[in-house]
Amino acid sequence: MSAENTGTTGPNAGEYIQHHLQHLQKNFSFESVKQTSLVDFSVFNLDSIFYSVVLGVICCFVLWRAARKATSGVPGRFQAAVELLTEMVENQAKGVVRNAKSRKLVAPLALTVFVWIFAMNAMDMLPVDALPAAWHAVGPALGFKDYMRVVPTADLSTTLGLSFSVLLVCLFYSVKIKGWGGWTHELVAAPFGDRVFLYPINFLMQMIEFAAKTVSHGMRLFGNMFAGELIFMLIALMGGAWAWQFNPLAGGFWLGIGHVIAGTAWSIFHILVITLQAFIFMMLTLIYVGQAHDSH
Amino acid sequence: MENILGLVALACGLIVGLGALGASIGIALMGGKFLEASARQPELMNELQTKMFILAGLIDAAFLIGVAIALLFAFAQPFAI
Repeated sequence: MSAENTGTTGPNAGEYIQHHLQHLQKNFSFESVKQTSLVDFSVFNLDSIFYSVVLGVICCFVLWRAARKATSGVPGRFQAAVELLTEMVENQAKGVVRNAKSRKLVAPLALTVFVWIFAMNAMDMLPVDALPAAWHAVGPALGFKDYMRVVPTADLSTTLGLSFSVLLVCLFYSVKIKGWGGWTHELVAAPFGDRVFLYPINFLMQMIEFAAKTVSHGMRLFGNMFAGELIFMLIALMGGAWAWQFNPLAGGFWLGIGHVIAGTAWSIFHILVITLQAFIFMMLTLIYVGQAHDSH
Repeated sequence: MENILGLVALACGLIVGLGALGASIGIALMGGKFLEASARQPELMNELQTKMFILAGLIDAAFLIGVAIALLFAFAQPFAI
């Protein structure tokens, strides 16, 4: 792609992508390390943690403002918007979770999940190099590495953390509704039947079900966001390749036009994907917690 | 080295192609059923539409996870020596 790259010493296409896919990783002694294997509990991704916490605080603040200024008279636009959102989540929760007492925790949980994941996903709408370029100016001077990934949900750690938390809520409700005895009995008696020789098979199926639900819950969000982010980077590469060839009428000219068209189309489609993925995560949260209320 | 790069390219093509095959057929079947159901009972259209989007997300999940893995193989090159 940078075949006519005369004179500049910029990165080539593969290096650009690889550089942009690196997380700002630290281990617990605050040294900069690179993750060696797929599952490595000794490192954490500072950029994902930072952006998810900041976005969570911002969302909490916005919703708190709406709740504080809420009037029972004619609502203003902001209050109406927040009410629309809350009503939507409440209706979905009512349709899935039958127990009104559980809904007091689960409906706000669903609202949190939806708003937070939507905000984290929306970080993908910023230009690909905007925040990493700002970090490039500041970070290395402060002693950090020059890596920055801005979309927390494009990090497998974040999404699996979210889905694992949902699993913990499900387990909590299972034990609360059915009792310890009831829940352990269900663990070995469902789904095939209450015969003693079926107990090991039932237990195995239940474990597989927990694992599969949690992993698919997290990986669906990760896959969508990671693929979206990577395609944005590839589109940015098209524009970058055009920009490096300064003669606009040479062969690379159409890369610039392609960048704008592809970028526009993908951005518009990605708006749908962001909202849909947050909604699906919320619905599955409600459905899994609702399933924990069923007794056999 | 070229052998590995060629095989990785083939692998990415297979992952994306076969995944797209499954996902497209799944969504097409589901969409067809939704349209039929809407024609029979238009009053249920909104509810069914919500559920259809949820199902679309579920059907697309495995495909998109595959696309993410294929893109990772293609660009982050974990098999390059």
